[in-house]
Amino acid sequence: MQNDAIIWQVINHHHCTFKVKTRTQNFCRNEYNVTGLCNRSSCPLANSRYATIKEEGGRLYLYMKTIERAHMPSKLWQKIRLKRSYVQALEQIDEHLAYWPKFLVHKNKQRLTKITQYLIRMRKLTVRPRPALVTVPARTEKREARREAKAETAAQLERAIEAELLKRLQTGTYGDIYNFPTKQYEAVLDKAEEAEAEAEEFVEAEDGEEEDEQADEEEEEEIEYVDDADVDLDEDEDMEDMDFEDRRDGDLASDSEGRGVVTRAQALDPGAKATLAW
Amino acid sequence: MATIGQLTSHIANKQVRNEKYAQLKHKQKKDQKKERIKRQREAAAAESQGLAPPPRKVQKTLENTRAWDETRIQPDDAENAADIAEDEFASYFNRQETPKVLLTTCYKPSKLMFELLAELLDVLPVAYYYKRQGYSVKKVAEYASNRGFTNLIVLNENRKEVNGLLLVHLPHGPTAQFRLSNLKLARDIKGHARATHHKPEVIMNNFDTVIGQRVGRLLASLFSQDSAFKGRQVATFHNQRDFIFFRHHRYLFEEKKGKLAAKEPVGARLQEIGPRFTLRLRSLQAGVFDKAGEVEWKKKASLKATRREFAL
Repeated sequence: MQNDAIIWQVINHHHCTFKVKTRTQNFCRNEYNVTGLCNRSSCPLANSRYATIKEEGGRLYLYMKTIERAHMPSKLWQKIRLKRSYVQALEQIDEHLAYWPKFLVHKNKQRLTKITQYLIRMRKLTVRPRPALVTVPARTEKREARREAKAETAAQLERAIEAELLKRLQTGTYGDIYNFPTKQYEAVLDKAEEAEAEAEEFVEAEDGEEEDEQADEEEEEEIEYVDDADVDLDEDEDMEDMDFEDRRDGDLASDSEGRGVVTRAQALDPGAKATLAW
Repeated sequence: MATIGQLTSHIANKQVRNEKYAQLKHKQKKDQKKERIKRQREAAAAESQGLAPPPRKVQKTLENTRAWDETRIQPDDAENAADIAEDEFASYFNRQETPKVLLTTCYKPSKLMFELLAELLDVLPVAYYYKRQGYSVKKVAEYASNRGFTNLIVLNENRKEVNGLLLVHLPHGPTAQFRLSNLKLARDIKGHARATHHKPEVIMNNFDTVIGQRVGRLLASLFSQDSAFKGRQVATFHNQRDFIFFRHHRYLFEEKKGKLAAKEPVGARLQEIGPRFTLRLRSLQAGVFDKAGEVEWKKKASLKATRREFAL
């Protein structure tokens, strides 16, 4: 029949299926073991009087076995559900394990503490959002990298960006920060200054002669430029012609191609249509 | 059109198959040569007569053979204009609110991440970096929302490689999840310029579908509308085949000289400031980040998807 000493002798000196040997210590895999160690006092097989605590679906149960039921393996373990409250569970252990070896009482209470703590930790972890792990399939990544490289080539990024910037410049996004062509712009500014000084003298004289063909609203401005063209004709003929023609063409800043740029000259004198074509 | 290999692969006998293959191949080459000579003759004739040469064949690319779906936006789409006028970004584009961006990282950022953050803060003068400190994205979004931030960026990294970017528009969404790849920091770009504190201009290229437009508007809403043109800095999001290329440049307008000037008198020149990286949209979710939120768009894993379909 049940003989603890013989069982322990077999387990200890021969073979036990639950025994795990390590270099320093032997462990026990039996699910009823209260400490997890392989020794005489915590062996659930070699002790006819034994108690342990197990966790099932978040609830704790106190398992007890006694020698009186040793002949009925199906009814060997008595199972008592412990209360959710840690303090009350402790009291239950004290109550059920009264007059039991102090070792078992102590180890069961330790086990209760440990399991209660890991249950609390589990609940906390499930509530707290954690980063979702996603797989990164190597083949997909390789394919994406290949397609990305081809898309980058097709994008011609620098060219696209430069084109967009030029478009913005032409549509006047930058206002009067830039004035192209610089040479002509400066010439216009110079002339504007000169014209201001000379304007009064020439206005009347020239009015009838040339302005008829340019039936524009901006009579005064036109007169100024025409004056200059006549006066400075020898110096820089080409530029003058260009300005002159542009004025006749009308406001290029507003045309559909957007080839004109709003210049500072225009900003200074809103009436003037001194927009320059490139 | 079926290739010669496809036309002959059903023939089981190898000798017959080879003969048939050679025959077809020979015919094909002959035809091609004929065609070529014909083309050359036409071109020569046109040239001798002083006419314009016949038009060249246009190369087939994924761009010009793209399979557009009904979500493509037409320039004069009144319905779309109405949609835009009352979406989440309308207040930004109406200049009713100025952008304010909260920048944060994954739980344990590495050194590389901090270098990227430093460079991103240069690109986005309206951004503020906050340590993640173990808070969930939802908590961070709530915090940011309460403090008047308009956007939240969460950068992710894996094995010391920045690989993801989560962009949340606050306070009502949407949330876009991007895969981030090919990151190159400014310090690794040869001859890079240094960013100044001016607010950059933004260029958004090729965001042509409904989803594309939405993503484009989301990305544009990170930048201040009052660009400092004086700084001559430009940030670009260029969409090509669903890859969104980010670049940061300093530009310069310059008058061209000589022959070049005749064609285009003024040119733009660029110097890269950095960083550069590529984004690829993984998912777009309505509302602020929520795993159970309504998905507006998600990358299809279907095998049926053709290579000529693009979402953005």
